[in-house]
Amino acid sequence: MTDSPNAVSAKSLNRRELLKLSPLLIFGAFAIPRVRDPLLTAGVAFSDWASARWFRRNHLAPTFGDSDLTPLDKFYVNTYDKDDPEVDLENWTLTVTGDVQRPGEYTLGQVQSLPKFTQNTRHICVEGWDVIGRFGGARITDFLQHVGANLNAKFLYVECADDYYESIDMATALHSQSLLCYEMYDQPLTREHGAPLRLRMPAKIGYKQAKYLTTLRVTDVLPKAGYWEDQGYPAYYGL
Amino acid sequence: MAEKDFTPNRFVAPRAAGSRFRSAYEHPLPVRLCHWLNTVSLFVMAASGLRIFRAFPSFGAKVPQRDFLNVPASLTLGGWLGGGLQWHLTFAWLYIVTGVTYLGYQILSGNFRQALFVPRDVPGVWPMIRHYFFFGYKPPQTEAYNPLQKMAYTSAILLGALSFLTGIVLFNPVQFSFLASLMGGFHWARVWHFGVLGALVLFVVGHLVMVVLHGWNNFMSMLSGWKRDPEYLP
Repeated sequence: MTDSPNAVSAKSLNRRELLKLSPLLIFGAFAIPRVRDPLLTAGVAFSDWASARWFRRNHLAPTFGDSDLTPLDKFYVNTYDKDDPEVDLENWTLTVTGDVQRPGEYTLGQVQSLPKFTQNTRHICVEGWDVIGRFGGARITDFLQHVGANLNAKFLYVECADDYYESIDMATALHSQSLLCYEMYDQPLTREHGAPLRLRMPAKIGYKQAKYLTTLRVTDVLPKAGYWEDQGYPAYYGL
Repeated sequence: MAEKDFTPNRFVAPRAAGSRFRSAYEHPLPVRLCHWLNTVSLFVMAASGLRIFRAFPSFGAKVPQRDFLNVPASLTLGGWLGGGLQWHLTFAWLYIVTGVTYLGYQILSGNFRQALFVPRDVPGVWPMIRHYFFFGYKPPQTEAYNPLQKMAYTSAILLGALSFLTGIVLFNPVQFSFLASLMGGFHWARVWHFGVLGALVLFVVGHLVMVVLHGWNNFMSMLSGWKRDPEYLP
């Protein structure tokens, strides 16, 4: 029974053993903002990296029957600034720039001439609420091919009529359920839901679903990550 | 290691000269390390999780929103939703690493037998409850942990695993859509995640009460590994 390394008196053990708690003092680093902020930024970046690693290009987000749809009037209108940036729908065009063979102004009719896909998918807000909506539009991948985009570029960067802006990684943009959405519930997008054109990607969190699109850039270098991302939200946030 | 009842890696120190104490080695270093690192991460996860919950303190529809519980900001960490997310997504990794390391060590070393609640512990649970809550006699302690302790510790490990599984579904419900469907979808995974937090809070409160009642010697054993004069020693 007596095969232990040493016998120790209780008193010296206490003091010495309390010192063993000292490694926990490294957590004190999280009390110093100048040290804490880079650590937290790195933690979020690592989560984003892991999330991007296990993103599966061919794995589809769950789709739902019409009876599961959240009624349109219960589909929360979420905007960072104003619900209606008063887009001139008559003269609207999408400005396409960056690493594309055919940059320029694209009309809604040109987007609508691409094959249309309609899907009932779950929209999840970073706040924690979720709704199931019906979305129709052209696949982003079809549009990118239409404009001759370099599909090996890293990102799409979009700007919106309400000065919102977002970035999307190319792998998610090329996902077959990622849409340039111009219809919700089989009706043209309403102004508060992003008329005339918005992003709709069921493999991304809500704040990535930019509304009232005005420009789309294909790029390897992002000027900014996104309106919320630049304030500290995860930049990738795939679902 | 003569006695059969002792778990494989329990050591009993020889009595020091002139001392009437004997000590038993209850907690190997990896267990202690994981215990304290996980303690820190668990508190950070709970506080930052409550900060995230404050952004939508409901389990119902967004329209109309009926709040389920308003958590005081003073109990939360992060200052705002984005800050709460940053703490949560950072310390989640420490939480996972310490949890996996602990489990791996326990299994590979065989030390899990000390804490794992098994069917033969079932008859001993009620006597311990009667002792703690209804002033019944104290059943003799023959192992490091009594049956009620084993039940509590095994439950805590299961809750830890559940908090991870429900959490990864909330983080990436599309990639883990199969897991999500087992939980009833994203919406229900959120309910489960919160429920697991509630159960873990109950465990921590109970754990702290028992540690305080059983005193310094018990607390020190999770620092040094050594329990002084445990009553199960012959």
